[in-house]
Amino acid sequence: VDLRLGVPGPATAEERAAVATVLGPPETGWDGGQRRAQDGHAAFGGHAARARRHLLLPALHAVQDRVGWISPGALDHICARLTVPPAEAYGVASFYALLRTSPSPRTVVHVCDDLACRVNGADQVCEQMERRFGAEGTQSRANGAGVTWQRSPCLGQCDRGSAALVQRAGADPARIAVAPVDAGQITPVSAAGPAPAPMVPQVTDEPLTGVSRDGGSPAGGSPDGGPAAAGGQLRLLRRVAKVDPASLGSYRAAGGYQLLRRAVAAGPQGVIREIKDANLLGRGGAAFPTAVKWEAVATNPVRPHYVVCNADESEPGTFKDRVLMEADPYALIEALTIMGFACGAEQGYLYIRGEYPLAEERLRHAAAQARALGFLGQDVMGEGFAFDIEIRRGAGAYIAGEETALINSIEGKRAEPRNKPPFPAQSGLFGKPTAINNVETLLCVLEILRIGGPAFAGIGTPRSTGTRLFCLSGCVERPGLYEHDFGVTLRQVIEAAGGVRGGRPVRAVLLGGAAGSFVGPEALDTPLTFEALRETGATLGSGVVLVLDDTVDVDGLLQRIARFFRDESCGQCVPCRVGTIRQEELLARVARGAPLGSAGQELALLRDIAAVARDASICGLGQTAVGAALSAAALGLITGTGSGNGSGGGATTGTGEHGSGPAGPGSGGGNGKEPA
Amino acid sequence: VLGAGGGTCSYREAEDADLLVMWGSNAREAHPIFFHHVLKALRRGARMYAVDPRRTTSAQWADAWLGIHVGSDISLANAIGREIIAAGLVHDEFVNRATTGFDTYAASVEPYSLERAEQDTGVPASLIRQLAHDYARADRAQICWTLGITEHHNATDNVFALINLSLLTGHVGRYGSGLVPLRGQNNVQGGGDMGAIPNKLPGFQDVESDLTARARYEAAYGVPLPAKHGWHLSQMFEAMETGEMTACYIIGENPVRSEADTARASGLLAGLEHLVVQDMFLTGTAELAHVVLPATATWCEAEGTVTSSERRVQRVRKALEPPPGARDDIEIINEIARRLGADWGSPSAEEIWDELRSLSPMHAGMSYRRLEERGGIQWPCYDEEHPGEMFLHARLWAEDKAQRGAPAPFTPVVQEDPLDELSEEYPVRLTTGRRLDSFNTGVQSGQYATPIRRPETLNLSPEDVARLGFAEGEVVRVSSRRGSLEAPVHVDETLRAGLAFMTLHFPEQVATNVLTLDAWDPKSGTAEFKATAIRVDKLDAPALAGEGQHAEVTT
Repeated sequence: VDLRLGVPGPATAEERAAVATVLGPPETGWDGGQRRAQDGHAAFGGHAARARRHLLLPALHAVQDRVGWISPGALDHICARLTVPPAEAYGVASFYALLRTSPSPRTVVHVCDDLACRVNGADQVCEQMERRFGAEGTQSRANGAGVTWQRSPCLGQCDRGSAALVQRAGADPARIAVAPVDAGQITPVSAAGPAPAPMVPQVTDEPLTGVSRDGGSPAGGSPDGGPAAAGGQLRLLRRVAKVDPASLGSYRAAGGYQLLRRAVAAGPQGVIREIKDANLLGRGGAAFPTAVKWEAVATNPVRPHYVVCNADESEPGTFKDRVLMEADPYALIEALTIMGFACGAEQGYLYIRGEYPLAEERLRHAAAQARALGFLGQDVMGEGFAFDIEIRRGAGAYIAGEETALINSIEGKRAEPRNKPPFPAQSGLFGKPTAINNVETLLCVLEILRIGGPAFAGIGTPRSTGTRLFCLSGCVERPGLYEHDFGVTLRQVIEAAGGVRGGRPVRAVLLGGAAGSFVGPEALDTPLTFEALRETGATLGSGVVLVLDDTVDVDGLLQRIARFFRDESCGQCVPCRVGTIRQEELLARVARGAPLGSAGQELALLRDIAAVARDASICGLGQTAVGAALSAAALGLITGTGSGNGSGGGATTGTGEHGSGPAGPGSGGGNGKEPA
Repeated sequence: VLGAGGGTCSYREAEDADLLVMWGSNAREAHPIFFHHVLKALRRGARMYAVDPRRTTSAQWADAWLGIHVGSDISLANAIGREIIAAGLVHDEFVNRATTGFDTYAASVEPYSLERAEQDTGVPASLIRQLAHDYARADRAQICWTLGITEHHNATDNVFALINLSLLTGHVGRYGSGLVPLRGQNNVQGGGDMGAIPNKLPGFQDVESDLTARARYEAAYGVPLPAKHGWHLSQMFEAMETGEMTACYIIGENPVRSEADTARASGLLAGLEHLVVQDMFLTGTAELAHVVLPATATWCEAEGTVTSSERRVQRVRKALEPPPGARDDIEIINEIARRLGADWGSPSAEEIWDELRSLSPMHAGMSYRRLEERGGIQWPCYDEEHPGEMFLHARLWAEDKAQRGAPAPFTPVVQEDPLDELSEEYPVRLTTGRRLDSFNTGVQSGQYATPIRRPETLNLSPEDVARLGFAEGEVVRVSSRRGSLEAPVHVDETLRAGLAFMTLHFPEQVATNVLTLDAWDPKSGTAEFKATAIRVDKLDAPALAGEGQHAEVTT
């Protein structure tokens, strides 16, 4: 309240107008309006003002979208309006990658150079960008407008070859996902010039997402074309490319909102019982029983309750939630409504990552239509319960996918994970009981209500029930999103996607994304179930299957992973903050053949770093940050570490007595999301 | 308050209060430690009102801020009292059993309607009503104040006005409810406790009326004690003026910088026949002295105790050897006594403390050992079994009449405007205060670097700066009826038109107290630092006729 950011000028009219779109026009001189005589003798603030703190991130977004950066004056203005100390607000603004706190050209191009894109030539794209726009981070002009570009972590377009996100500020702000990227296109089409074509919702772009269901039978289901081509029963993807994502009518014609009706008839306890019978485990990465969460919230006497959909999918290599939200947004709205009904919440939040403009737009449209037709609001479907959904946009922070970090982000704070306990079911959003699940989990709930809990439990294996979405990327013939019954093996999953590109041999597969682990060719016949993978020390995480053939530069991938964690560590826990930096340095030393001591000593150090980060970080990010590197070392994938045992399997190699992998018991597995 | 020279509550009670009224207190800057407790309360859900002419950084935390005119506190308090009575929100049982004088009080506040208070204070009647109702209805409510209440010519009346409100609503003597005057220095409370006030022996035993206490001291010391109240600071300066007082021994005080009307104060001190100053630093006052006695730093170079605002007596331990030449206060005083022919020996700090315990009943149970074990004890503490008192006046709630003891009296008070009236010549109200990064005259804080310290400025509202045609940083002439000085202008959005603000932190740069009025409260001896009438002119403007009867002190 008392500190100012240096000596900022006042906010410009443009900045104030942007803030007013979120907070409304200022009412008094104290919150940034005209100073009136009566303001000299009375002012109101305190709890009422601080209760609006959760609008901080939306207000920052508004300024960023309008002006391209958040000036000290704009920040001060927001702070005055929300009574947030500027130091705290600056902490928030500087936390997120999509918000800029220093002057910036109005157009910023984020070029993905993360795992999948890297395998598909992100370096060449970056070279093209450099030729066209100058070095990364420098300003240039295109068609009279300022442009800059920078490398970005995964943009969730891994099925499309290469990806970029164009973030353009102005009176007609736009965020445009470009995939596959042709640097040549970026200048005239999106970085400058007239507004891009509005993002009209349309049926999912057919060729971009291969969708398949392979009923656990031997490989062979060939998924060319849409989901229908697979022939079998798609469950979570059943409406993809079948319904118009912009039409509630189309969704209802396909059976939409019948399940909410069914849920209301069953009552909250009935819904939870079905989920319990289905033995549904969360799909965000930590595989926590969904019914336990919901029941804990539903039976908590503290009011109000909140439900949150975690759509901040940012695990590198993951794009399943994006496909679901872009192609089937009403299903998510319906599922979240059912969750609210079952948990006794009247308010739901849907937190979607800022890199998914199309999905966000379609969800906003879907929610608005649902509200207009009485599927959200004070009296949902005339059934006498109230529920509404607020969509919150993330701003570029991997860690925000951790459930308590996401809660903090909604509250207008830095997306730093909280200590647990208390768990969100006891004290979550705004300190109230909160249930939080990711998109795929919620769509599983729809399927459970459709076929019944016991029937759902009959699919897959006894301990991994239902179907699972797999994000196939890297060196596969047909990258895309595939749905399989649990129990399918890794080999089957890869073959369903057409096998390894060009018929080359598999060198390794990265399961679960950056927070997951590498497995070698000997693991191809492991069933991809929670229990089987846990035994081998690997994890399914968010369903990433990044296939690497014998041409891929694994050292480069590992260094990208290390850079990713160093960037994304929120910095709260020292072992993670420092350990991720040490890991990056270590891998760079080994890669350039200059280890400290011997390569063996370096690997021992890596294991030390991993152990400390795993034991002493409060969230999954730190706990898994060194896992991929350890598993790669165990497989002998790191150049210069001596073993070179490319097919040695998960078994111990010359240096890797931790061959059983990184995500040991207690790590919560996963990608930092939904820890148990 | 209420017959005891200390706040009724402990810090931790503030954390558990439901409503805090910060009245004339910018605790966020002036009492940051206490404000930590306030913040805990706010995070817990407590509501806060701020009554202050400026919307200070403390007031910015409040649910509502009442921006009163300087010196209109009594009108506001009386209107709140009247509203509480009119709305039937009086705590009847408490008032009947534990107080006297309610009827007289009720009659005395009758003229203070909400409308009148709005006129006097500038605060909307609806907001005054809201404060009255919220205060009366709160389960646990505290009024906390600082110099905004006490640095007025009618300081004691201001305090009575607040006490009346607590009696009316029973917000005293219960956990979480009370009256909390905040002390500006780490040991102001301790100074009072130890009798460093003209009318009390240590332990707040009255020199004139408490004959038993005086007899006890006379017996212990073997000498008769003066049976009359001494002079307080303002009276001492008057006595210097009349020639009644010709010598002065000043310990750890810098009146040349801290007194109102600096020119007069330093003139009088310089004119003394004999001035002795005992201090850690060669202060502005010490420079005038005939004898300077270099003393140790009491917080790190000496043994002893301090008392905090919540009446907690704590041990201070010697951590450093003092620099050569500096001597412990006890040692200096004993040496003076020896030179004057009375040998008091060389008692340790603990021996002196034990003597005090034998003479001041409220300290009797506080042995050094217990202070150490318990991390400090809050007075009163009558014997070595007594744990001390978290809050005072619980007796007022006792069922038993004898236990309840003497009832607490209502004290009707009337609104009096500041003595230094605004006029056409002096149209701007200057009030003074403190900043987070500095302490009083800067003797103790000035030598430490801080990134947020700004030099002294005359803070003016954006409206006044525009009206007078000033620019940020422009040096202007500030004049009061007593003197004038030059200071750079600072645009301060927390001020309204007609209100100006300065600190007293930088006397070497801007001697703010050249301007202030040394009118003092006859009951407490505190000068009216908070309300000065000034005019502000461009430097090239002609001086006002009649000015210059005082030396122009500009630096």
